[in-house]
Amino acid sequence: MENVHSIDTGHHEPEFSTKPIIRTFWILLGITLVELVLATIHLKTGFPPKLVLNGIYLILTCAKAFYIIAEFMHLRHEIKNLIMTIAVPATLFIWFIISFLWDGASYKELRNRYDRHHYEMSKEKAPAAEGEHEPAAKKPGVPE
Amino acid sequence: MAHSVPAGQKWWSGGKSPFNVEYGKLMMWYFLMSDAFTFGAFLISYGSIRFATNGWPDPNEVFRAFPLMGDTHLPLVFVSLMTFILIASSVTMVLAVAAGHNNDQKKVTTYMIWTILGGIAFLSCQAWEWTHLHSEGAWWGRNPFLNSDGTAATTNFTNYFFTITGFHGFHVFSGVIINIIMLIKNIRGDFAKRGHYLMIEKAGLYWHFVDLVWVFVFTCFYLL
Repeated sequence: MENVHSIDTGHHEPEFSTKPIIRTFWILLGITLVELVLATIHLKTGFPPKLVLNGIYLILTCAKAFYIIAEFMHLRHEIKNLIMTIAVPATLFIWFIISFLWDGASYKELRNRYDRHHYEMSKEKAPAAEGEHEPAAKKPGVPE
Repeated sequence: MAHSVPAGQKWWSGGKSPFNVEYGKLMMWYFLMSDAFTFGAFLISYGSIRFATNGWPDPNEVFRAFPLMGDTHLPLVFVSLMTFILIASSVTMVLAVAAGHNNDQKKVTTYMIWTILGGIAFLSCQAWEWTHLHSEGAWWGRNPFLNSDGTAATTNFTNYFFTITGFHGFHVFSGVIINIIMLIKNIRGDFAKRGHYLMIEKAGLYWHFVDLVWVFVFTCFYLL
C-alpha cells in the first residue's frame, strides 16, 4: 500500500482531459462504420474480393485495438517500463496466430489429399430441405 | 497515474514502483494479459479449425435478424448496434475515470450509472441474439446453418460461437457486477474518504478490456 501514497494523492496537471476521449470514440465509431460499409458493398457487388477484404478488416481491427489500449486504457501515457511489460509478451500473439492458422490450413490440405472420401463427402450438397435461406427451425442439427 | 516524471529517473534503484503505477493497477494489467491469452487461445483455436475445414457458414446469412423486424434480411445491423453500445459504455467509463482524477464524486456516480446501463443493454442484446439463434435450432452440438457453398456444416460453427460469445458475455456480466460494486462504494463516499479513485481506474481497465475483446470477437465471427 505504500506506493499508493507515494503515487497518487496530490494534485497534478489535469492530463485526463475529455477531448481525446471523445476523439477516440469518434475514431472507433468511424472505423466500425467503415467496416460495415465495406461489408455491405461486398454483399451487394462482391467488389473487394473476400481475401482483400479480410486483410482490411484485420488491419482496421488492430487499429481499433490500438486506440482502445492506448487511449481508453491510457497505456500510451504511462512510462515506458509499463508499456514494455505489456507490449513485449503480447508479441507472442504474432507467432501464436501464424503458426496455428498455418497448422489448420496444412491439416486441411493433407486430409483432402489423402482422405478422398472425406473430401468428396465435404463437397456434397446438403439435402435441400428448405433451402439455405430458410430459418430451418425444424431441422435438428445436421450431423457431420 | 502519470505524474511529471523527472528526466533521468532511475526506475530500478528501488524504493518505488519501476512501473510508476500502484501495485493493484499493475496486477490488473497482468491479469488482463493472462485473460487476453485465454481469449486469444479460444479465437485462434476457432481460426485453426476454420482453416482446417472445407466449408463454413456465411455469417451474413446466419446473423441477419433484428428484433421486431421479422424475416427482414438485415445482416450485421444488430451486431453493429451491440458494438456501438459497448464502445459507448467504454467512453462513459473513461469519463468516470477522468472525473475520479478530478475528485468529482458526483460525476463519477453519473458516468458509472451510464456505464452499467450500457453493460446491461449489451447483455440484453446478447440474450436476444442467443434466444433468436436457439429458436432457429442453433445450440451447442446443433447447427442448422449450411455452409456458404450449400454443403452440410459441422457443429464447430455453433460450438465456437456460443462458447466464445458466452465467455465474453460472462466477462461483461462480471464487469457489470464489479461496476455496480464500485458505484455503491462511490456513493458511500469510500473513495472520497480515501482521497483517490484508483479502484475506479482498475474497474475501468477491466471494462475496456471487455470492449477490446469484443472488437476481436466482432471481426472473427461477424466480418471474416
